[in-house]
Amino acid sequence: MDVSSAGRSGFPPAYLDRVGSSFTDFLASSAPDLLPGRRPLPQLPVGDIAPHGTTIVAVTYEGGVLMGGDRRATMGNLISSRDIEKVYPADSYSVIGIAGAAGIAIEMVKLYQVELEHYEKIEGLTMSLDGKANRLAQMIRGNLGAALQGLAVVPLFAGFDLDAAAGTAPGRIFSYDVTGGNYEERGYAAVGSGSLFAKNSLKKTWRSGLPADAATRTVVEALYDAADDDSATGGPDPVRRLYPIVYRVDAEGAVRLTDAEVAAIADTIISERADADRQNMNREA
Amino acid sequence: MTMPYYASAEQVMRDRSEYARKGISRGRSVAVLTYADGVLLIAENPSSTLHKLGEIYDRIGFAAVGRYSEFESLRVAGVRLADVRGYSYNRRDVTGRIVANAYAQTLGAIFTEQMKPYEVELCVAEVGDTPERDQLYRLTFDGSVVDEPNFVVMGGQAEAVTGHLRENFHVGMGLADALKVGIDALSAVSPATAGTGQGGHTRLNAEQLEVAVLDRRRPKRAFRRVIGAALHALLGDGQAAREASEGGTHAHTPSHPAPGTPAGLGDPAAPDTAGGAEYELRHDEDGGEG
Repeated sequence: MDVSSAGRSGFPPAYLDRVGSSFTDFLASSAPDLLPGRRPLPQLPVGDIAPHGTTIVAVTYEGGVLMGGDRRATMGNLISSRDIEKVYPADSYSVIGIAGAAGIAIEMVKLYQVELEHYEKIEGLTMSLDGKANRLAQMIRGNLGAALQGLAVVPLFAGFDLDAAAGTAPGRIFSYDVTGGNYEERGYAAVGSGSLFAKNSLKKTWRSGLPADAATRTVVEALYDAADDDSATGGPDPVRRLYPIVYRVDAEGAVRLTDAEVAAIADTIISERADADRQNMNREA
Repeated sequence: MTMPYYASAEQVMRDRSEYARKGISRGRSVAVLTYADGVLLIAENPSSTLHKLGEIYDRIGFAAVGRYSEFESLRVAGVRLADVRGYSYNRRDVTGRIVANAYAQTLGAIFTEQMKPYEVELCVAEVGDTPERDQLYRLTFDGSVVDEPNFVVMGGQAEAVTGHLRENFHVGMGLADALKVGIDALSAVSPATAGTGQGGHTRLNAEQLEVAVLDRRRPKRAFRRVIGAALHALLGDGQAAREASEGGTHAHTPSHPAPGTPAGLGDPAAPDTAGGAEYELRHDEDGGEG
């Protein structure tokens, strides 16, 4: 039938073509305006007028992987949000944390989540963890133009590998650069403005094969150390009851730790440091 | 140029209907039933990979009979429509009615404009927050759409299965009871069970069935396949325990987490509780039987 007859039918012809199981590819052909990175960009750096998210940390532990993020977004030297969430479940066995231009990043996460779910519904199978990491790299690659205007998005991706061979660590972490480079990390990784300090902290506290609770502490402590030295990273905020967001991914799937759990760890770290500081002062006095 | 042989519109439509109906009646039947906690989809389907039941969206399921390649492309189109709409509006803005309308118009256009109609019959099921808000849309090859209460039966022996269900179906049954009623109805007419029992039909077993539920208690994605041990337990036959303990050896056990189990992703920050529902289903079953 000719194309004009499709006006009356429910689905446009593209919907009935059986090509590919990628939602992004489908949007690119049927509704390209919905994709991030397909819009014309101003020829000026616009980084200072868009909120930016900051530090994300991920570590592996014996049963899987943990990812945590602070709650601050900054716009130039202004704090634009104290309670932004920057770590999201990508699907039931993987999580994604984002640093960089928050608006584009959250849109990208939303698209990525639909991408994974769409694949799953169409194929009837879950994508492999490497496949997921690769799909994300392609999305970041499409954002390079915006990145050069100051709207870079740099995610951190971690997941539980259901295909992991027996005896190998099932938790895996992937980091990215603005050009879409995709690197698998060993043990731990951090992205964002406070990543330097967070990594330094993890270097001292993280060991391979930690149990879940000890590994969770290294995540919260790394974020605390990042907030200590980086103005764009927010520390635990007991006044507003705002604590870092931490996700744990293990054989059961991705779960967000409750605020109470994270608060307890953060409070322990704060009181331990306060004690240590007091002892130092006593010694000096 | 020769004039095409004249056939009245009436004749053409009748021929096409007959053609489609013949194609559909060769296939096995599918039943979609409401139960207390949602919608139950049962298909007689010996294949564990060529599905007749599928997930369209959070609260919307899909069941089909007829030619696989045709309903599969419709299923994919439905998933695309729902995902595009959910992505550009909000997840709550995707309703079964929208999907059913698109199917109706597509099937109608194909039926009137193309030489060969689609030999398919579809059911779009939507689970609501309460049993009263469950919707079952039945779509036929010519694009007619009917909103059916309680249950929908499609396929070769639809009339006979419907008759059987009319006698045994009750509103608000538990999952195990609804499954039993549904399977009994399908078994009563299935050629697969005829003649194997003494003087009648035996019951279809787990390997011959494809079962899925839309469970309204699940937080985001309500669709869930009931496979392997969970299905054996629900069927509650004498062999259940033994077969369930063999777990992983028969065809229906997936090597990966069952499709449909992963997180609901509406609010990016609110994950689904993957894996929790199988436990709940078993609980249900205990309650129903005990």
